[in-house]
Amino acid sequence: MLSESSLFLKGVLLGSVFCVLITMLGHIKIDYGKRTHHHERHHLQAPNKEDILKISEDERTELSKSFRVYCIILVKPKDVRLWAAVKETWAKHCDKAEFFSSENVKVFESVNMETNDMWLMMRKAYKYAFDKYRDQYNWFFLAHPTTFAIIENLKYFLLKKNSSQPFYLGHTAKSGDLEYVSVGGGIVLSIESIKRLNSLLSIPEKCPEKGRMVREVSEDKQLAVCLKYAGVFAENAEDSKGKDVFNTKSVGIFIREAMTNHPNQVVEGCCSDMAITFNGLTCNQMYVMMYGVYHLRAFGHVFNDVLVFLPVNGSDND
Amino acid sequence: MSEIHFREMASKSWLNILTFLCGSAVGFVLCSQLLSILLEEQKDIQPSILHNDPHARHSDDSEQNHLEGQMNFDADASQHKDENTDIAEKLYQKVKILCWVMTGPQNLEKKAKHVKATWAQRCNKVLFMSSEENKDFPAVGLKTREGRDQLYWKTIKAFQYVHDHYLEDADWFMKADDDTYVILDNLRWLLSKYNPEEPIYFGRRFKPYVKQGYMSGGAGYVLSKEALKRFVEAFKTDKCTHSSSIEDLALGRCMEIINVEAGDSRDTTGKETFHPFVPEHHLIKGYLPRTFWYWNYNYYPPVEGPGCCSDLAVSFHYVDPTTMYELEYLVYHLRPYGYLYRYQPALPEKILKEQQNIPPLILNNLH
Repeated sequence: MLSESSLFLKGVLLGSVFCVLITMLGHIKIDYGKRTHHHERHHLQAPNKEDILKISEDERTELSKSFRVYCIILVKPKDVRLWAAVKETWAKHCDKAEFFSSENVKVFESVNMETNDMWLMMRKAYKYAFDKYRDQYNWFFLAHPTTFAIIENLKYFLLKKNSSQPFYLGHTAKSGDLEYVSVGGGIVLSIESIKRLNSLLSIPEKCPEKGRMVREVSEDKQLAVCLKYAGVFAENAEDSKGKDVFNTKSVGIFIREAMTNHPNQVVEGCCSDMAITFNGLTCNQMYVMMYGVYHLRAFGHVFNDVLVFLPVNGSDND
Repeated sequence: MSEIHFREMASKSWLNILTFLCGSAVGFVLCSQLLSILLEEQKDIQPSILHNDPHARHSDDSEQNHLEGQMNFDADASQHKDENTDIAEKLYQKVKILCWVMTGPQNLEKKAKHVKATWAQRCNKVLFMSSEENKDFPAVGLKTREGRDQLYWKTIKAFQYVHDHYLEDADWFMKADDDTYVILDNLRWLLSKYNPEEPIYFGRRFKPYVKQGYMSGGAGYVLSKEALKRFVEAFKTDKCTHSSSIEDLALGRCMEIINVEAGDSRDTTGKETFHPFVPEHHLIKGYLPRTFWYWNYNYYPPVEGPGCCSDLAVSFHYVDPTTMYELEYLVYHLRPYGYLYRYQPALPEKILKEQQNIPPLILNNLH
């Protein structure tokens, strides 16, 4: 009996050591992957200012209205507070925003996906969105409720991009050979991309509902695999200086990290002026961002913008 | 005999292997669970400290708020190619503000450094006031001691120093803490409607103890040139007391005695511009408990939620270093492209007059 229990304990020890090793290796691999593959990423830039200014006044108004963005926010019951915050803040700036939940939650209006699996939720949401809204919207933005998005900056970024081309953009990352858009920073699909995705969803060999790996593969990677079959490739969105506009972290984290890594220097500003998303926000931070973005500003700084976006009707925090 | 023994041994070793494998599986699962919990906990954000005393200032900082480096958002100037700052620059010339920042030897590197890296650059002149001189930073030595009970004495000496050395270099004189974030452009907009030769001062107006109200110390307050002259004079002639443990209240009492008006700093829609806390504390309904002193102190009806804070806010207090840079980014950099803000404040008269100054006659003669 004694020898057996000691054997058992030795097994437990080995198992935990193995687990720690794998976790550490996993972390190192991701970091290494980011560094070496940086130059292999596909980059997509914001519009060139010179091109824009040639557009006339009337064309500008027409242009502003030509972007129709449909927002998909995937929520679970545990996200209820964030859900409410998103609904009351940035989601109002989407041309239409709908919440897709794993199950029905009282008082909260949502489209019930009836599944806890994130990849299944994502597939069903895209299918629903395409089936119902393919004629009304030309860009589809998907996010988690931890993300804060500035839809006006998204529309500015899409300025010279034709939605009938297969665009799939956001903050990209690499997993082995696969370049995918991280769901944390938000995923943007043009109508062409979602159309192609939709035709593949019914083909299990290309777009399986269950991943082939033993370990769970995150839904953003699964999406990338699927889209690849349709000839749609991930592109990292950047401003004219190469700064990411879709961010998987919050402003505060960026600042803290930059300062911790370079304690005795003055580092360059962390984030783009035209940033579209930040992730990892708390409910309170969503409201602070609304104030910080749509209200707080310095008097006497004037911009000559090509697009015009009016405030939302019946809203008090923007 | 030996065969049976052999079989027994074989089955026993199978059992052993099984036990071992079971153990390692259990170990693996437990460990992965533990690691995932640990890794998630690191993402927790520190809650902000709420001060239960209206006159509480500079609490002891937890180590987590200590930031080593500095960040310069203006390093990438290309992002501002289509930004027109004519009006801001005109106001900079017309409404000259001298800022002095209340700090101390222990806080130069911890706090004042980040003030210097962000908003202080926008003052027409900035001075860092400490109990002892520091030639490198640089900081002015007031030759006092440090401590909460010294705040008023430091304030008097600081204003005296400014009066003696820089009176003619500015129109308005702003006092802030090393954990106050000030938006100078908005302060200039506010002050542009007033004459610095008038005896008036602005800040977040509190109502208790002083009939005309007094200004919160931490949210910062700004004196007109005339107000500064009278303040310094009042100490020479003993009109105002030299000692008090409550800096902002004592200053407010003095202002009333010397007939300096407590101004209304709210914007044209009635929203407050000077804030005694960070935006989060004002914007989130219910963040400040109903029993908090704040609700009884505010001179004007206090508002929480989106109506709390002007688009053209002037100051926030209890701002830690990270939030300094966040505010810098939100005010001067991040913006919603093409967005037509709801609040469209009028151009100050001083600027309007200049715009109309091109005589039409001259233009006609050019043809």
